[in-house]
Amino acid sequence: MSRLSVFGLLGLVIRRDLLLAMRRRADVLTTLIFFVMVVSLFPLGVGPEPDMLRKMAGGVLWVAALLASMLSLPRMFSADHIDGTLEQMMLAPQSLTMMVLGKIVAHWMLSGLPLVLIAPVLGLQFDMPADAIGVLMLALLLGTPVLSMIGAVGAALTLGLRGGGVLVSLLVLPLTIPVLIFGAGAVEAVSGGMDAASNLSLLGAFLLFALVFSPFVAAQALRISME
Amino acid sequence: MQASPKLEVIDLACERGDHRLFSGLSFTLSGGELMQVQGENGKGKTTLLRALCGFVQPVAGAVHWCGRNVEEWDEDFHAQTCYLGHLNAIKDELSALENLLLTAGLSGVQLGEKAALDALRRMGLRRKEHLPVRVLSQGQRRRVALSRLLVVDAALWILDEPLTALDVGAVDLMQELIGEHLSNGGMTIFTTHQPLHVAGIETRELLLS
Amino acid sequence: MAINWFKYSAPSTFYGLAGKLIPWFAWPAGLLFVAGLYIGFFVAPTDAIQSEAYRIIFIHVPASILSMFLYLILAGYAALGLIFKTRLSSMMASALAPTGALFAFISLWTGALWGKPMWGAWWVWDARLTSELILLFLYLGFIALQASIEDPRRADKASALLAIVGSVNVPIIYYSVQWWNTLHQGATIKMTGTSMHVAMQQGMFMVLAACWLYAIAVALTRVRSIILEREANTQWVKELQEVKQ
Repeated sequence: MSRLSVFGLLGLVIRRDLLLAMRRRADVLTTLIFFVMVVSLFPLGVGPEPDMLRKMAGGVLWVAALLASMLSLPRMFSADHIDGTLEQMMLAPQSLTMMVLGKIVAHWMLSGLPLVLIAPVLGLQFDMPADAIGVLMLALLLGTPVLSMIGAVGAALTLGLRGGGVLVSLLVLPLTIPVLIFGAGAVEAVSGGMDAASNLSLLGAFLLFALVFSPFVAAQALRISME
Repeated sequence: MQASPKLEVIDLACERGDHRLFSGLSFTLSGGELMQVQGENGKGKTTLLRALCGFVQPVAGAVHWCGRNVEEWDEDFHAQTCYLGHLNAIKDELSALENLLLTAGLSGVQLGEKAALDALRRMGLRRKEHLPVRVLSQGQRRRVALSRLLVVDAALWILDEPLTALDVGAVDLMQELIGEHLSNGGMTIFTTHQPLHVAGIETRELLLS
Repeated sequence: MAINWFKYSAPSTFYGLAGKLIPWFAWPAGLLFVAGLYIGFFVAPTDAIQSEAYRIIFIHVPASILSMFLYLILAGYAALGLIFKTRLSSMMASALAPTGALFAFISLWTGALWGKPMWGAWWVWDARLTSELILLFLYLGFIALQASIEDPRRADKASALLAIVGSVNVPIIYYSVQWWNTLHQGATIKMTGTSMHVAMQQGMFMVLAACWLYAIAVALTRVRSIILEREANTQWVKELQEVKQ
């Protein structure tokens, strides 16, 4: 019998979560459908003038992405908590931080990545120019993993609590405001004829910062919640 | 496996909420020994087992493994324990085989499919290996969970109600497995409401009251 | 004089100490409030540009300052409680949260009252007001998390972790909001003028000091009830004069 390496473990956790998600695809689809619906509601609410829609597009898509990623957060750890798998993970002679990172990556692939991929279609609904759509996708690609990472801390803190679903949004949403500002700012900069590089590099900085700290903090939060 | 593993519990005290469950609890468990934790419901049997695993922070006292505090051992201690709680830690959507491979993997053990199939068959799950666990009975699910004991090379088994939902044959099998584990120098601490006897081994009893 | 601080980090001894200290903070707080507000509303001269409406700053500015500092102090206490497992620090953190949230709310409320005559709108997405709103959200998150966890030890630890994560994020949020605001050409009227009259300064500092003293007095009162609640099963609480009655 041989022991798993750190990256072997990371791969195992990701593969496991993806396998489980494939066995129940409905969960992935709900997030995506929610995102599409929320975005499509805005023109109905504010009117169909193309100029206004083009101006709003970045912000609307980002707010909808934020809400959609909140939707799947409570499920991040709860299924493993209910059936006891989380206990076994914490007892494993392996780094819990790496397992949490694996779960975050899997969560992003299932809830963040689909949003990035569907965003161009929704951008067309809002009559966004091609370069703005490109920047929007890039910004979402950098920003949605940060949402999963901050969200993991919130999900771990509210594990097993009554009303945890609403509570986690209350805790996490204020912390995601910088991502929203710079993500939507990048799109707006391009639409206004400016360079989006500074916005995107700040999003990249947030991503690195979150990547270093959030798995560890979320692992600590899990330990607190499991006691 | 360690040459002579030893678990020492020193003056341990645990609380749930404001309620003191037990205090001043001390015992030593060495290789080849079997201990049953007894006590009425709510006396802290599960809490004691969870404290041994490190889930519950004791209010006072310490747990030592081979002479060193388990907090210092950290992950190396976990490599030598196998905990089975009330929850089976198996996924309904996956087959018995997938479940065993994944839980073993999460415990850091890279398991071949052959070894996993052998373990499941030993647990009496022949021809059930590829079925989704969803369609199995409670007892069969418990068997899937117990099969982890066979593939993880741990000196200390911590079993919380291992016999729940098991039929007579499976109980016999568990007794046999624990017997093998003890004769290999391992040790087991468990709780149960059903009698569990291992041939040739005297069960030590710990009463929480 | 050497004070044994560890002696007072035990809830049982701190309970008595806090009881003795409260009047020493509460009375000066009341007196300074009255004096400071009197100076602010009657002595300080009318502002040339903002006329009488500016007087709201005598409440608005101290409340804003307090709401920000209290969050940092709260996070500091929470971190102490998490790292050194001192129960009293965690209790202080939870005792401070409602006061901080109250000040954040007062700051928003008075900001809106000031905004109506100045900007012509109750709410303007000014950088500082927006940051204050987010700060209020952070306080509410802390309080909500603590309220929804029944086991007090888990509640302390979980909310401590949240407060630490929040306080790391506060500067990032603050600068993001400021950047966002300058980009969108927000309101440019500054709350405080460059030259303040001496009476204005005096009034402001008195109210600020009063707010500090008030916050300490209220936090001590609240921590006393938290101690009683958490230690209800212990012998020393049962022997207290006020509990026996």
